[in-house]
Amino acid sequence: MTEVGRPRKRKEDARLLTGRTQWTDNLRQPGMLHVAFLRSPMAHARITRVDVSGARGLPGVVAAFGGQDLAGEQGSLPCAWPVTEDVIIPDHPPMAVSEVRYVGEAVACVVATDRYLAADALEAIEVDYEPLPAVIDLAEALAEGSPKVHEEGNKAYSMKITTGDIDAAFQDAPVVIDRTYVQQRLIGAAMEPRAVVATTDGDSFTLWSSTQIPHVLRVMLALTTGIPEHKLRVIAPDVGGGFGTKLQVTAEEVLCLLLTRRLGKPIKWNESRSEGNLTVHQGRGQIQHIRLAAEADGRIRGLQVDLLADMGAYLVLLTPGIPLLGATMFNAIYKMDAYEFGCTGVFTTKMPTDAYRGAGRPEATFGIERIMDELAAELNVDPLEVRRRNWIKHEEFPYTTISGLTYDSGNYEAATEKALSLFGYDKLRAEQSDRRDRGDPVQLGIGVSTFTEMCGLAPSKLLGAARFAAGGWEHGSVRMLPTGKVEVITGTSPHGQGHVTAWSQIVADALGVPFEDVAVVHGDTAISHKGLDTYGSRSLVVGGVAVLQACEKVREKARRLAAHALECSPEDLDFAEGAFTVRGTDSRRTIQELAFAAFTAHDLPDGVEPSLDSDATFDPDNYSFPHGTHLCAAEVDTETGLVKIRSYVAVDDIGKVVNPMIVEGQVHGGIAQGIAQALFEEAVYDAEGNLLTSTLADYLVPSAADLPDFTTDRTETPATSNPLGAKGVGEAGTIASTPAVVNAIVDALRPYGVQDITMPCTPERIWRAVEGARP
Amino acid sequence: MPRVTVTVDGITYQEEVEPRLLLVHLLRERLGKTGTPVGCDTSNCGACTVMLDGKSVKSCSVLAVQADGSDVVTIEGLGANGSMHPMQRAFHEEHALQCGYCTPGMVMAAIDLLRDTPEPSEEAIRQGLEGNLCRCTGYCNIVRAVRRGAQEMGQAVKSS
Repeated sequence: MTEVGRPRKRKEDARLLTGRTQWTDNLRQPGMLHVAFLRSPMAHARITRVDVSGARGLPGVVAAFGGQDLAGEQGSLPCAWPVTEDVIIPDHPPMAVSEVRYVGEAVACVVATDRYLAADALEAIEVDYEPLPAVIDLAEALAEGSPKVHEEGNKAYSMKITTGDIDAAFQDAPVVIDRTYVQQRLIGAAMEPRAVVATTDGDSFTLWSSTQIPHVLRVMLALTTGIPEHKLRVIAPDVGGGFGTKLQVTAEEVLCLLLTRRLGKPIKWNESRSEGNLTVHQGRGQIQHIRLAAEADGRIRGLQVDLLADMGAYLVLLTPGIPLLGATMFNAIYKMDAYEFGCTGVFTTKMPTDAYRGAGRPEATFGIERIMDELAAELNVDPLEVRRRNWIKHEEFPYTTISGLTYDSGNYEAATEKALSLFGYDKLRAEQSDRRDRGDPVQLGIGVSTFTEMCGLAPSKLLGAARFAAGGWEHGSVRMLPTGKVEVITGTSPHGQGHVTAWSQIVADALGVPFEDVAVVHGDTAISHKGLDTYGSRSLVVGGVAVLQACEKVREKARRLAAHALECSPEDLDFAEGAFTVRGTDSRRTIQELAFAAFTAHDLPDGVEPSLDSDATFDPDNYSFPHGTHLCAAEVDTETGLVKIRSYVAVDDIGKVVNPMIVEGQVHGGIAQGIAQALFEEAVYDAEGNLLTSTLADYLVPSAADLPDFTTDRTETPATSNPLGAKGVGEAGTIASTPAVVNAIVDALRPYGVQDITMPCTPERIWRAVEGARP
Repeated sequence: MPRVTVTVDGITYQEEVEPRLLLVHLLRERLGKTGTPVGCDTSNCGACTVMLDGKSVKSCSVLAVQADGSDVVTIEGLGANGSMHPMQRAFHEEHALQCGYCTPGMVMAAIDLLRDTPEPSEEAIRQGLEGNLCRCTGYCNIVRAVRRGAQEMGQAVKSS
């Protein structure tokens, strides 16, 4: 029985379940000091004075600094995605020096012997601000005469891509749907707040951080701090969730390094949740103007998308590129003659935005899946029927879309059929009709989302063409240890995804060794010396494949060793269940025996080096394209505005599956986060730029009581862009579920004349929409 | 400074603490019991849940001095004789954790839930765990795990 495809229980769990964890905040170093940051209470202001002298001399205080004290060495936080030639990338000091541009920006710090004492001493620091106007609304920010976030203006960049004759598509179109949707700002709220520990021995530096990207971080810190790359080791120990929010080079990481360099002592910073809500990069933040032209039978002629994307106050690591990850995704699974995508990145005096689970694809999927429902309503046909008339048929793959991507595989019909039968679609439609006829105050809505997305954040050449600063390859190395056990080193950096278990399954099959005999090491640049880390649902489809290919090289080396030992030609050997057998005989060598022979190296064939190990770097030639059909039935109380999700069915096609248990868990969590956007969550800033949702009492991360059970299933159309046939699953649920839920709510309220509810669809908003639509 | 005596996972400690020191910081910073993490500062997330004299509390909402004379059990002290508690095992079996950060608190809260409701319905589990947030799992498998844990704990009681 093969390991790949089995629902193996996770190797990661025992440690996590018994509290033997290595969260960054658990780390202690001899002589370690704690830093606390004083943060701006103003969204936009000139700093006229910072006086830290009151903090110096207080109990336990070792040092206190303002931005001016660090100005000469702190550099500028990096943006690695200059999306256009003329994109404005403003200077971004980790600690503000002369001006603050969002509430929460660090303006001073205290280093003390204890975290309580460091926090106490912050109160003795005096900062004078000269207030400047906040810039909150995206359209107003672009208007003539708007206050400026940066001297260069409020427009970070603007770009437009057109394919096909967009004017012709709209001219005389029988149907034109024109909508504006708002993608609210979200806070990722990984359960582990950020933490950093930095140490130095006077020459080299080690940085532990709650990060998704130890490898990328090392490169970027070397580029921005002047610490030579070979003298900097970055370690991501146990990391408690990320969802894109820990795909960042943060001010706090840079400042902890600078402080340990200055003071020669280990420095620790741990973030409070309310500090994190203010200063962890946020997600989404778009106003989407979408126009769709269609024939009278619902076939799409053209799609026009114009985005205003909220950059926040600065461009951090990937800020300007996030909305552009949706540029090739608004057209989704649909065929059309013409497509136009435009995007303007807008500076505001709010926390910068960047990747959050799905990163650009949820926004795009929401836009297209919402407007497909509007098209169906306009034509008075079933929302699935209008999709069927437009989607790429399974026999048409590979298919090059209007936006230029080539979808290698997919079967939208199969996923939809399976979802329909699990959901009981016709029965629910009948109930909906009945409730409408009865004028039931609790209406039933059915939401559809037939989504696709692009995963991998590879190939490198496509990322380069998109002006992304890094590549998209991934590295794995596999070594058979002398005793026959296997050590795998991966360049991916898991923080809940279960790579240790899944990679063990891949290796167990490829080398014919027991699952239990495989160890997987990750997250330390001194050990895992090459990698590009974990985001964009890339780990399995790029990193897992690199591990597989390293195994294949190990196996081929073992074959030469076996041929030498058994005195035959390598071609005469069969490999099965971890042993090479001379075809037609019972002469054999196990891979463990060969590993020991390679270790002793007493009798190796000419030209074969000792040790049975190898490595591989994989860079696929295309993205992968997971897809699926999600269906949501929601009861909407028209008298209270309360939404109850009655059932939720997700059928995902993520290609070949390594561990179905882990996959199901990823889908569950993804759906929950997408539902959270639809119903509960929003980072709310007031007109002065104060964040009104700075705690988990205000920012409503759903609990178990707020969510239903989910029914999940899969269809399996293998990807052709990697030898595993896998497509990626980390973000699919989040991408698919938000429009499914909002479509269900709008479907329930359609008879009341409601066409949209702005997210999050709170009871108040729904109640107001219903009341507003009443005659 | 006040002196507190507190038993944590079977070991009795005497510590001099500032009155403002939170129980969770006593556990983590002074006693090295880092198995109990901190996830928020408004007692919303429940990651720091421990048993205080047999009842679950959010240890970020209890002062160390309030725990004077008390018996605290953390996730580190839950298993017996080197094996996991049935609820810990159930979380493993049902894949009820991903990143694992909420897990210590979630397991403690689940055990406490069963004190009052030994055979909870799905609805009772969901309501009972309302004070503990998980960002990874979507809660489906946590609900399944609590159900399985309840069954195994019920069996454990019956067979003992």
